[in-house]
Order: sequence, then structure tokens, then C-alpha cells
Amino acid sequence: MNPNNPKVFKDAKDALYDFQSGKTLMSGGFGLCGIAENCIDAISEMNVNNLTVISNNIGNSGRGLVKILVQDKIKKAYCSYVGGNPDLEVRMLNKKIEVELVPQGTFSERIRAAGMGIRAFYTPTGFGTLIAEGKEVKNFDRPCIMETALSADFAIIKAQKGDKFGNLWFKETARNFSPLMAMAAKITIVEVEELVEIGDIDPHEIHLPGIFVQRIFQGKNYKNEIEFLLLEKE
Amino acid sequence: MAWTNSEMADEVILFFKPFSSVNLGIGMPTAVAERIPENLQIMIHSENGVLGVSGRPTKQSVSPTLINAGKETIAVKKGASYFDSALSFGMIRGGHIDYCVLGAMEVDVSRNLANWMVPGKKVTGMGGAMDLVNGSKQVIIMMNHFSKEGEAKLLSHCQLPFTGLNVVDLVVTELGVFKPNGNIFEVLKLAPNTTKEDLKMSINILN
Repeated sequence: MNPNNPKVFKDAKDALYDFQSGKTLMSGGFGLCGIAENCIDAISEMNVNNLTVISNNIGNSGRGLVKILVQDKIKKAYCSYVGGNPDLEVRMLNKKIEVELVPQGTFSERIRAAGMGIRAFYTPTGFGTLIAEGKEVKNFDRPCIMETALSADFAIIKAQKGDKFGNLWFKETARNFSPLMAMAAKITIVEVEELVEIGDIDPHEIHLPGIFVQRIFQGKNYKNEIEFLLLEKE
Repeated sequence: MAWTNSEMADEVILFFKPFSSVNLGIGMPTAVAERIPENLQIMIHSENGVLGVSGRPTKQSVSPTLINAGKETIAVKKGASYFDSALSFGMIRGGHIDYCVLGAMEVDVSRNLANWMVPGKKVTGMGGAMDLVNGSKQVIIMMNHFSKEGEAKLLSHCQLPFTGLNVVDLVVTELGVFKPNGNIFEVLKLAPNTTKEDLKMSINILN
């Protein structure tokens, strides 16, 4: 921690100093796009287990959170899609990990709800399917199921640019779940490609106000991997 | 003669009104993006947070942070916008998306859809499909007519776990265009030189 600015940390290990076994962790990114690479690497080197992880894909194509998954550090996962993640699918079918599959819109809204102080909401998504089992049904214009807010102890997210108050700017589709997770976690750790001074980001351009960010650090060695490279035919 | 994927995409596109918004699922429906004529002015939505997908980037313009929901690199057109996942699914759940085009394992006459798991065998997860089928104004299924075992995937009752109930508006396969109406599949169109016998569908679910 920096005494002049308690939000600014040296690196991922420094920012994760109190991360422990049994914690609930949100991890931003869609596939490998916009994942907190430095924090994931740091957690893969920490002696922690029994984690509950909330992330859309739990890594993909053998990369990202798969590093932690294959170390069997994850006890329970919340995600919407496991296609393209054979390491997760095989652990699911062998019951080595408990997975709650959540429809992606419900997933993002449950996280947003936690950050916004909403305890639950009703949605038609999933009505009449396996995911409705055990959930309250209420009829509005059509039948809906009740879904509850989803919060976490920690969130690890990545932004393109951030200032030392934690105001963030995301690039293209790297934003995805990250602002929502930042709002829903008690401690949000942000790694950025560019850490700038307070005032360097125009207030109009801020995608997530720094009030939702507890820790921030300048990240390094980004791979920014592409899963499926498709180019215009020449 | 069965339609190619591109020809199936063209059949789907015939249903699009100009200036509408469309979400395309992973797999076969991505063929639709490549066939939409520019003059239709369609805005393609991808649920990972972009409206205004235009096609593929060049070697020079490709960006690892600009992808579609299939995690493929994309380009965007003028007027495009980026947003977070909650806003993206607000567009879907809130009924602001005109059409979604999805793949499927099974569809039945009661407009039910199954496309996210085979119990004990295969789990892909539903991704955004459960939100899309309940939120989009029109749901178009684009899929192969037969399973790998050679069975027609248009059924009287879905056998696999549901993705959504009473949600499917149209089904486009390589053999034709079908409309489930609660009792039967109406045949709206057949591919060239295709007969109803080629569909291998039970006569009591076909008109």
C-alpha cells in the first residue's frame, strides 16, 4: 500500500495480500477478452483453495482462469457457458467441481443487482427450464422466476486505463462484466495497462467511477490473447 | 437439393425488416452476418457488448479486445457502440432486439426450444440463449434438419432440457422453412427438389 494514496498498489501480489482460501472471487472478462491476467497469475502462485469463482467462462481454450481451475483451487463456479472449456466440462461431469450455470443475462443482472443494492428481481428468462427448479414463480404479463443478487468478497478486473482514484476506461468489448463486478464485490482490485494521474481522464469518458474501486495497480506483460482470429478475405 | 449455409442465411435474411437490430448466435447463424445486404441497414448486436458489428477486421485493424460472442475477431461499422453486459442484456431482455437467430438441438410444434445440454453427456451451458429467446421480438432457429444419428430435429415434443418455452417463431434448415404453430410445423418453403418425404418428419406434425 502507498501511504500517500491507499488505493494504489505495486503489483498483483501486493494488491492480493489478504486474499485467502474459501473466498468468493469475481473475475471479469468474456472468454479471454478483458481478463485480469496479472491477478490470475498471482492467484495461481498463491497457496489458496476452496474458492468460489464467479466468471462468465472460468477461462477458455486452456487459458485465463483455467490456470487456477486445473490446480483444483475452485470448489464452486458460477458461469453461463462452458463450451470451449474442456477442462471445466470434464470436471463438471466428474463432479470435481460444483457448477451453477446461470443464463448470461441473469448472470450479469444478478451481479449488477448486488452492486445496486437490489436483493432480487423477477425475469422470464429460464421459466419452465431446469434452472427454474426450486425458484419462486410469479405471474406478471407472463410467468417469471425470482433471481437473487450475486456478490463477492473480491473482484479482479482489468481496464485499459485508470487513474489513481480508480476511475476506469475500458477498450472496445473488453468492458463486458467488469464494471458490474467492480460494483458487486467488497474489495475490487483493478489492473490497468495505463495508470494515469487523477484528472487525466476526462469526466465524460469515465466508464466506471472510482468509488467502486478499492485497489488499483499498473499491470505488466499483457498477452491480450485472441481466441479465434478471423480476418477479412483479401 | 439442400440449401448451403449461405443459402440458409439468405432465407433467414428475407424475414428481416430494414433498420432492424439482430443478434446472431454462435455457429451456423454467424453465416448470416456475411450475407446481410448493406442497404438493409441492419444493426448486428453481439451480447458481449457491441451493437453495429460489420464483419471481419483487416490485419492492420484487428484488435484482441474487439470480439463477438463466439470470441472471434470482428470489425464495427459507423454508428456502432460498446457497453457492459448488463446494458447488453437489457437490450435483449427489454425487447429492444428485433430478431435473434440461434442454433438448436431440438425444436417442437409447441414452439419450445432445446439447445444447451444433453444430460450426462454434453454441457455447453446456455450462454445468452435463455435471455435471447425470452426477450427478442422474433426468434429464428437456423440448424441442420437432422441430428448426427439421422433423426429429424423438428419434433412433436422436445426430449432434451428446454432452453425456453413457447418462444420459437421460425425454423430454417437446409431443407426448408417451417413455422411451429402449436399443433404442427407449417411448411412455408422447401429447398429446390425437396419433397415432404425427404423431411423424415412424422406426418402428424407436418402440414
